[in-house]
Amino acid sequence: MTNNVICQTRDLVENSGVCALINNEQVALFYLPNTEQKIFAVGNWDPFGKANVMSRGLIGSIGDELVVFSPLYKQRFSLATGQCLDEDAALPTYNVAIENDDVVLVS
Amino acid sequence: MVGHHYVETLVKSDINADITIIGGETRPAYDRVHLSEVFDGKGPEDLAMGSREQYEEWGVDAHFGDFAKTIDRDNQKVITEGGQAFAYDKLVLATGSYPFIPPIPGHDQEHCLAYRTIDDLAEIKASAKGKKIGVVVGGGLLGLECANALKNLGLEAHVVEFAPGLMGVQLDDGGSEMLRRKIEALGVNVHTSKATQKIVKGDELRLKMEFADETELETDMIVFSAGIRPYDQLARDADLKVGERGGIEIDYQCKTSDENIFAIGECAVLGNFIYGLVAPGYRMAEAAVSQLSEDRTSFTGADMSTKLKLLGVDVGSVGDAKGQAEDSRAFIYSDERNDVYKRLNVSSDGKKVLGATLVGDTEDYDTLLQYYLNDMELPDSPENLILPASDGEKPALGADALPMGATICSCLNVSKGDVVEAIDGGCLTVADVKGCTKAGSGCGGCAALLKNVVDAELNSRGLEVNTDLCEHFSHTRQELFTIAQASQIQTFDELIEKHGHGKGCDICKPAVASIMASLWNDHVLESDLVPLQDTNDTFMANMQKDGTYSVVPRVPGGEILPDQLIVLGEVAKKYNLYSKITGGQRVDLFGARMNDLPNIWGELIDAGFETGHAYAKALRTVKSCVGSTWCRYGVQDSVGQAIDLENRYKGLRAPHKFKMGVSGCTRECAEAQSKDIGVIATENGWNLYVCGNGGMKPRHADLFATDLDTETLYKYIDRVLMFYVRTADRLQRTSTWLENLEGGLDYLKEVVIEDKLGICADLEKQMQHVIDTYQCEWKTAINNTEKLKRFRQFVNSEQEDSNVLFVEERGQIRPATETEKQRPELKAVV
Repeated sequence: MTNNVICQTRDLVENSGVCALINNEQVALFYLPNTEQKIFAVGNWDPFGKANVMSRGLIGSIGDELVVFSPLYKQRFSLATGQCLDEDAALPTYNVAIENDDVVLVS
Repeated sequence: MVGHHYVETLVKSDINADITIIGGETRPAYDRVHLSEVFDGKGPEDLAMGSREQYEEWGVDAHFGDFAKTIDRDNQKVITEGGQAFAYDKLVLATGSYPFIPPIPGHDQEHCLAYRTIDDLAEIKASAKGKKIGVVVGGGLLGLECANALKNLGLEAHVVEFAPGLMGVQLDDGGSEMLRRKIEALGVNVHTSKATQKIVKGDELRLKMEFADETELETDMIVFSAGIRPYDQLARDADLKVGERGGIEIDYQCKTSDENIFAIGECAVLGNFIYGLVAPGYRMAEAAVSQLSEDRTSFTGADMSTKLKLLGVDVGSVGDAKGQAEDSRAFIYSDERNDVYKRLNVSSDGKKVLGATLVGDTEDYDTLLQYYLNDMELPDSPENLILPASDGEKPALGADALPMGATICSCLNVSKGDVVEAIDGGCLTVADVKGCTKAGSGCGGCAALLKNVVDAELNSRGLEVNTDLCEHFSHTRQELFTIAQASQIQTFDELIEKHGHGKGCDICKPAVASIMASLWNDHVLESDLVPLQDTNDTFMANMQKDGTYSVVPRVPGGEILPDQLIVLGEVAKKYNLYSKITGGQRVDLFGARMNDLPNIWGELIDAGFETGHAYAKALRTVKSCVGSTWCRYGVQDSVGQAIDLENRYKGLRAPHKFKMGVSGCTRECAEAQSKDIGVIATENGWNLYVCGNGGMKPRHADLFATDLDTETLYKYIDRVLMFYVRTADRLQRTSTWLENLEGGLDYLKEVVIEDKLGICADLEKQMQHVIDTYQCEWKTAINNTEKLKRFRQFVNSEQEDSNVLFVEERGQIRPATETEKQRPELKAVV
């Protein structure tokens, strides 16, 4: 296992999220096989609910923006930028990609 | 009722007064209008209007069970039978009326009763027990209600009326005759033009009535309902002026001949007229209160038009119903095939409504009443107002045409102006306006008119109410349901591709998941369903504030084996869970980590538990009391029934969560009337209540059907629930659903009991499919590694979430607060 491989695609759940631990940070991975980018990664910490739950949020779209909804209080965050659409807050984003069957952190 | 309304109005006004109530009956004021519902299983407490606690809270000094005996006007004191004396500055007489019992020889023997108070009802019930025949003397409004009550008690009911027709005060001869036909068809025997001469001991039954025409009628009991007489003795003794035919004389300010004494309600007479309806009584109370303030109003009489359902027959009477005015010209429509009779009385120039009689169909009542009350000019050919629409279009009363002062809801005295003001204030739906003005929350008869006014007003402002589910679907939930069902669509992707756009959101995805579940009932963790669910549904547990979950196994009817209780305790201890008993008679275990959920459920399933769907918009619990098996008062096995109901409907997903309750007798210990579906045992079967709610906006469930056998009970519940599933909005509880359902409870009864839409077989089939395809979601999930994939804290590590920390409180865990998490010296229990 090389350093930048996080997990395998079979660990992911289609159109939904799972959580990975990357350098001791909790990262929510969303697998959207029908989009161009296919995989999105944002921080798992919900800044409003103050709990590690973002990977368990629902995925959807607002206009053209792909978003994840906080499972606690329903705030919307852009999957691409991490920006919250409702209040002034943002999730960290991570550059991840799928290479063959591997999910990798692009450095 | 009127006295209570006076007190309530005074308390809620700015007037600062010390209030004393002196009531002769042992209980505080109650709703007499709905008295007969006591026979349908309602208890006295359901009819209560004022309570001792309420009066206490208001600072009102209330005394019940001691009649006021004399008024000492010189010293301004009231003395009771019990010898108590109360001083007053202003005295309000709201003594009401008593039933008139004709002085027929023999009227005072046993089983000759009156119909007026709750205590009367108890006597009627006791007298009727195990008997065959009951007679009501008096064919007026109350008399017919009473006949209905006797019929519901299982008696063969007879109505004996002195006059030639029923409801002679409100209806013309034709209307009265039609009412008679309809009532006889319902199995009530009507005898008109019958003068009772004597009541003697019966030969076979308890009593025998002998009539002037030399006929006889044997009966087990007689109830008198031959009109009312005002209770004016107190006023007579105090030398207050009374009317020629009784009643305390008042002026437009409701003042009696003593300026410090007022009289309101049925004890008062204004210009020789007694207003024996509740709405005018309320207006009198308000006028009397206003005399104590700067802002004085008058009571100058009231419209006595009325619309009601008698033994299920619609009856309406507007203004001069019989056309007695000289100038009156009538249009009469009679349909003897469908038993409908309508009479419209207009002025000779055809411009104004003078009155109307409606029997069998009161659809035109609201329109006619508005023309009458607001003195509006009639369209050409006013007969079209009562004729059946031949080409589908009737001259509708434009709500725009109504003046601002037009009364929309007469129970709560809400005018069109009030409705418009509510819309100015931001109300955008009928339900909003209802909540804001209380219009339509009395008898509900104005629902259609109210909707008409609200729609017209919104329309005139160019507002279109957007009923789209969300930005992804320009359909309502109901439309999506119909689309999915009709086109057999089984996935969200297909639905959004064909009928929506975008990727969906937290509104449409769970809504569609719920529709798919109600229609096809596939497992909640099927791969195409997982992305649609809120976290609670995906993890089949309830997420708490710290991201851990609570676990609630199903305990049908609240019945649980000791061994199962032990397992619950053992599981809670093993996984360090906080335990709490829920309001729905089960146990909630908190603080479960996502990755522990499958193991916890493995152990619970081994002990015979199933998932409780506490996480789903689905059936939650069926609460029960212990029932006839153990309880001294129970009349049916409520626990057994609750278990059967819970097992029947468990797993049914609906627009929102729903709950049920089953009580073993009318004491109602299971609080079934606060549930979406409430079932209360009677000696003959089960009474079904629908669309109640606790929570944020409590609502008493409505009585839907009485004395059902179990098979019919299930049939009705199947239909009500499936109709709700099909037609409700997303996240709409049954209570708001019913309140927004056009036609309300009556319409729901027509759909479910009479199968008006012809869909009952289909509703039942759909329910049967859900029942047949039930599976315990957890049982299926724990045997499927693919479905358990998401139950891992991290896909690439065995570590646990370091932010989940607990501290101990009262011997159990609770989540650590943010401050506590900053203090490492606080020992965290993990």
